[in-house]
Amino acid sequence: MIELTHVSKWYGPVQVLDDCSMSIAKGEVVVICGPSGSGKSTLIKCINGLEPFSKGTITVDGISVGDRATNLPKLRSRIGMVFQSFELFPHMTAGENIVLAQQKVLGRNREAAAVKATELLARMGLAEHATKYPAQLSGGQQQRVAIARALAMDPIAMLFDEPTSALDPEMITEVLDVMVKLAEDGMTMAVVTHEMGFARKVADRVVFMDQGSIVEDADKEAFFGTPRSQRAQLFLSKILQH
Amino acid sequence: MFAGFDFGILWLNAPFLWNGMLLTLQLTVLAVGGGLLLGIVLAIARLSSIKSLAWLVEAYVNFLRSMPLILVIFWFYTLVPKLIGRPVSGFYSVLIAFVMFEAAYYSEIIRAGISSVRRNQIAAAMALGLTNLQSMRYVVLPQAVRNMIPVLLTQSIIMLQDTSLVYVVGLRDFLTSADIVASRDNRPTELYLFVAIVFLVICFSASRLVNRLRRRYAL
Repeated sequence: MIELTHVSKWYGPVQVLDDCSMSIAKGEVVVICGPSGSGKSTLIKCINGLEPFSKGTITVDGISVGDRATNLPKLRSRIGMVFQSFELFPHMTAGENIVLAQQKVLGRNREAAAVKATELLARMGLAEHATKYPAQLSGGQQQRVAIARALAMDPIAMLFDEPTSALDPEMITEVLDVMVKLAEDGMTMAVVTHEMGFARKVADRVVFMDQGSIVEDADKEAFFGTPRSQRAQLFLSKILQH
Repeated sequence: MFAGFDFGILWLNAPFLWNGMLLTLQLTVLAVGGGLLLGIVLAIARLSSIKSLAWLVEAYVNFLRSMPLILVIFWFYTLVPKLIGRPVSGFYSVLIAFVMFEAAYYSEIIRAGISSVRRNQIAAAMALGLTNLQSMRYVVLPQAVRNMIPVLLTQSIIMLQDTSLVYVVGLRDFLTSADIVASRDNRPTELYLFVAIVFLVICFSASRLVNRLRRRYAL
């Protein structure tokens, strides 16, 4: 469903992505990990065109992201994205956050959008928080609202950019639980994360990146068994120590 | 303390003073409105990716902000008639000066307000499928406006006070009217006290309003 072929990207003279190719099939969960600055976030943002790329092609559901003729807003509305820093709209309540794009992008009427929002908030265990503003919610709650906001668009795939990195430890579980359920329900997911427990539990494949290139792309078992590359082994030994 | 003062003078001259107040309010409202409109245009130009346009606006803003307002008023009073080849009333030349001057300040406030919205908010809006325009309209501007309302109102209060400078081109605003009465009837204390109280009341209510807005729409 998501296909990256020979994607490279430069910021001026600095190369941040180097010939990255990978694919994510429908219903597959792929975890992307690697040291900071390895280009994982940039790569995932290229998938919905939030970051332009310099070379190569990316297609989502057969539509080319880099093609100038592509209606990017329309394509983006079909791909959910969750950010490290939640990025809820602070001037709207949790409910309104979920309603906005349903109305303005999908053209749903207010009632239908509100019903959907209520339903999703309940699914996230946040039924009683619909009228609260983001500032009144904990980090974990905000991130779950953000996931609900993305799901409200009935996306064909979900992209997660370090969804738990900005959270206090006790809140990480509540967000991961939601993501695990989503994965089990068959959602196509690309997740940039350091949560190897999550990867072990639900990932189909693990992609390891370093210095802008994909160093390893392996089935979960193979990756956690014996990664082929030394760099991946080193990385795993570092983050699995604690 | 006020023995020997005659505050009846205010009542006697009320229509005259009110006319002055009308001019002050008229100038303030028109200058704030015009300044805001031009300020928005300038702010957008300054944030645009067209480098030369942004540079031009920056030069305009920096230039006007380094000038005393009274100098700008003099300029337009002498310049505008020469430019369009016929005399212009003091009111319009002053109004143009105010709008051009205020726009420089407003554009900076608006620009800062828009820049204060975190970039990732735009990314989040776009990721949901909103277009550039929709992201601006529903996500960026509502937050930017909340951030800038207090400063915009403060700047507008300063504008109200600055209208008293129009005496230099012979217009009778509130302060000038009071001054005329004061010297004609030799009652400066009563008149100046009255002017001070009126300005105080207006500014105090406006700042109360600002605080209420700020509390209500705080992010």
